[in-house]
Amino acid sequence: MFGKLTLESIPYHEPIIMIVAAMMAIGGAALIGALTYYRKWGWLWSEWFTSVDHKKLGIMYFVVALVMLLRGFADAIMMRTQLAMAAGGAAGYLPPEHYDQIFTAHGVIMIFFVAMPMVIGLMNLVVPLQIGARDVAFPFLNNLSFWLFAVSAILVNISLVVGEFAKTGWLAYAPLSGIEFSPGVGVDYWIWALQISGIGTTLTGINFFVTILKMRTKGMTMFRMPIFTWTSLCANVLIIASFPILTATIALLTLDRYFGMHFFTNDFGGNMMMYVNLIWAWGHPEVYILILPAFGVFSEVIATFARKRLFGYTTMVWATVAITLLSFIVWLHHFFTMGAGANVNAFFGIMTMIIAIPTGVKVFNWLFTIFRGSLELTSPVLWTLGFIITFTLGGMTGVMLALPAANFVLHNSLFVIAHFHNVIIGGVVFGMMAGLTYWFPKAFGFTLSEKWGKRSFWCWFIGFYVAFMPLYVLSFFGAVRRMQSYANPEWQSWMILAWVGAVIIMMGIACTIIQFWVSIRDRKLNADVTGDPWDGRTLEWSTSSPAPFYNFARLPEVGDIDSFWSQKQRSNEQLDEAPYTDIHMPRNTVAGPIISLFALVLGFALVWHIWWLAAVGALGVVISFLARVFNDDIDYYVPAAEVERIEREHQQRKTAPPASDSTDSKQTNYAEARA
Amino acid sequence: MQRHTLWRRRGTFVLVMLCLLLTGCSSALLDPKGQIGVEQRSLILTSFGLMLIVVIPVIVMTLLFGWRYRRSNRNVAKYLPDWAHSNAIEVAVWTVPCLIIAVLAFLTWKTSHSLDPHKPIESDTAAMEIQVVALDWKWLFIYPEQGIASVNELAFPVDTPVRFRVSSGSVMNAFFIPRLGSQIYAMAGMDNDVHLIADDVGVYPGRSTNYSGAGFSGMTFDAHVTTPEDFETWVENVRAANETLSYPERYSDLAKPSEYHPVEYFSEVSPALYTSILTSFHTGGSGHGGHGDHANHIEDVSDTDDSHGESGELESAGATHHQAAFGHVTNQHASEDHAMSGHPTSVEAGG
Repeated sequence: MFGKLTLESIPYHEPIIMIVAAMMAIGGAALIGALTYYRKWGWLWSEWFTSVDHKKLGIMYFVVALVMLLRGFADAIMMRTQLAMAAGGAAGYLPPEHYDQIFTAHGVIMIFFVAMPMVIGLMNLVVPLQIGARDVAFPFLNNLSFWLFAVSAILVNISLVVGEFAKTGWLAYAPLSGIEFSPGVGVDYWIWALQISGIGTTLTGINFFVTILKMRTKGMTMFRMPIFTWTSLCANVLIIASFPILTATIALLTLDRYFGMHFFTNDFGGNMMMYVNLIWAWGHPEVYILILPAFGVFSEVIATFARKRLFGYTTMVWATVAITLLSFIVWLHHFFTMGAGANVNAFFGIMTMIIAIPTGVKVFNWLFTIFRGSLELTSPVLWTLGFIITFTLGGMTGVMLALPAANFVLHNSLFVIAHFHNVIIGGVVFGMMAGLTYWFPKAFGFTLSEKWGKRSFWCWFIGFYVAFMPLYVLSFFGAVRRMQSYANPEWQSWMILAWVGAVIIMMGIACTIIQFWVSIRDRKLNADVTGDPWDGRTLEWSTSSPAPFYNFARLPEVGDIDSFWSQKQRSNEQLDEAPYTDIHMPRNTVAGPIISLFALVLGFALVWHIWWLAAVGALGVVISFLARVFNDDIDYYVPAAEVERIEREHQQRKTAPPASDSTDSKQTNYAEARA
Repeated sequence: MQRHTLWRRRGTFVLVMLCLLLTGCSSALLDPKGQIGVEQRSLILTSFGLMLIVVIPVIVMTLLFGWRYRRSNRNVAKYLPDWAHSNAIEVAVWTVPCLIIAVLAFLTWKTSHSLDPHKPIESDTAAMEIQVVALDWKWLFIYPEQGIASVNELAFPVDTPVRFRVSSGSVMNAFFIPRLGSQIYAMAGMDNDVHLIADDVGVYPGRSTNYSGAGFSGMTFDAHVTTPEDFETWVENVRAANETLSYPERYSDLAKPSEYHPVEYFSEVSPALYTSILTSFHTGGSGHGGHGDHANHIEDVSDTDDSHGESGELESAGATHHQAAFGHVTNQHASEDHAMSGHPTSVEAGG
């Protein structure tokens, strides 16, 4: 009846897990209670869950990502604590079978459920606004993508309490992840969580690719697109080209595990080298999917706060395109030590180093944007300066790893861990924090507290160096990744230092939470009535904050790069504004959450081999999808009079000094009517 | 506040450099004990130095520009809001990285070949061969020339090139002695190899670097690099153990998962033990010329290992095709053959 699922699958005997589970249960109950008490369920469902508004989806991506960041960071601090303790034969407090799940979960969560949703969330929030569009090309798909991602995050969290998570490392190398060596359900959770969210990501890639190519406003040629849009375009090309590889690879592993096939087993012609090649053929482009949009954020931030055009726009674009192409021919540098011949290794090593050239050029372009600018040292700028320094050092260690002959002694050591945290924290995390601070007013209509933002930056920046420089040092002593304990007591002091670094980073996360709290409390004081709090350069700043659900009352026209900036420079000329027209908008959808809920049921049932439930889930997905397909009532028109009313309110807010609090509710009323 | 910022960044940078310098004294990679490791150290330091040519200016420029062009400093610094292009700067920022990468690419090509793990080390002393098998979770070292084997302890004479042939009886691992240099993956059914040499007598820790499951942390061993005389003594010690590592009986016992396995000696091993372990994963190995005499082992091993339960039945089906596709085994070729080709075997398929 319940497949492999029994009551014993719940790890009662693990106090740590039970405490975490209890905390999650209490937190969840409190949240559900509050929502019920304040009667917010209807609002949540009609305004958020079923929304196809790219801005709201972007916010929801970020909310889930920040929650998962806490989960992923809890894993990190547990690992650091274990390693600070388990020296010289000491066992520490986490046995291997628990520790191994934690480092696997940490990697999976941080990449798939923190970094990816932050990047995709930011694209959602910003790209349509930057290109002067009213929504993405496929608004329903966008909602579905989000929910597929969200239920995968739920599936990963279920694994904490029901059963176990994979003990294989985040990429689940075969044959360790095969049924012979990992008979438990951990790898199955990994498989289905990644498959479901991977489909969502692929759909997002297609959606934004089409959106950017087809929905740019009048006059916005490719070479007038803001850099963030360019980097998003390239990231989505990478998603479209690489995620199918991941899906296929995991599908083959699934066939091995569920149907006794032998793609990646030790025997019967299975080949683990094929698995490693395939997973990295996706895995390397994946890191560029994360970092390219972060590059875009820094480009926007630095040009805006230096009040200066971005230096070398064209170069920046071509460098991005070059990185996009090169990222597909470097995957073998993740396993030089597999034993390929010298020619093969040299080829992939050199290709990898060539990526350093366009990346280096980008760094210099940012620096020359600051040069002769007027740089306001806001927290997004601090994140950017911190990024340039940190990422450059990370790039340097990356090139060292790209030398096959040096890689033979650095591979799989803590050097690799330090390197990729150097570029992912220094690049992606700093980038997302900068982007979050920069575009927050556009999403919510008020700015974030600078004081707490800067505190958060300093904690992250210093914490990063204290946490990861010791790992570089330890790698030279021969310390490797994924070890649960170590014999050499001399390593312990470095491990404790790294733990201190992790605690400093934790303070950075706490600062961010306080920053949200303080900023929401003071939202009236920090209200952005103009829609352009930073004296911005691109189209998203030309509309109100928060942007109306239709983004632009009149679709803007673009004459050059930074067109909003140049328009402001010519602000004296009063244009004859055309009258407002009816606006065509997509309707909210219940199909996205429902299809995804069935996908969650399907995933859970497949993990536990509950075949009847899997059938229910699969049928539910198909039927609810067909119901959506045959639903013709998917759009509506906003009357011109309504647009005019909303726009007039925005104008009034701009001219009349602060303290009107009724504006939000008006928009909400109208939105209710549309659902 | 800003001065504070600057100071902190510089402080961090100095700290980083200091860490790297401090490590130089006693760390495994910066104080290698073999020719391969020495060359790798100089490669790491050379590439580090080369990249500092870009990295240091970038850090200095970041701090300098960030400070000089801050908004509160507008009276002093020039502000040119529309200045966004300069051919001279473009040329410089493309050329300098290109030049550095060109030098590094040259280094890469050269060292990828000179430090190719499959390349035999030139030496007056004749090379010896040690066969390494990664098991759950211990290392089996087979000495084909001496006809002995040991678990989790390795010994070989100083100044003697050693060809480690590396495979796995289980999941993927990596064989690594940090003080001697290059590591290499150990994969079931694959005959990988790495050539190392030690210049100094001593005991060097070795381990698996590729995560392989619950007992991974304990998958360590000591490599005893000895004088030739001490090596003979060690061999005699092993021989005194009076244990036979028979295949498949005793081997399958040994292959069962165990953590922090104690050092074990085997005075005698089944002939062609390493080959038998390799071919046990090549279902129907009899189809492969030259390995017919091991065919019987293949069925045997499948009996001892749950997962291989059906291997006997499908033996003929998979055999020839499999061998043709991946060209796995060269295990009966002498090491001289490898010297000629400069490349190993199956593992090329991975590239």
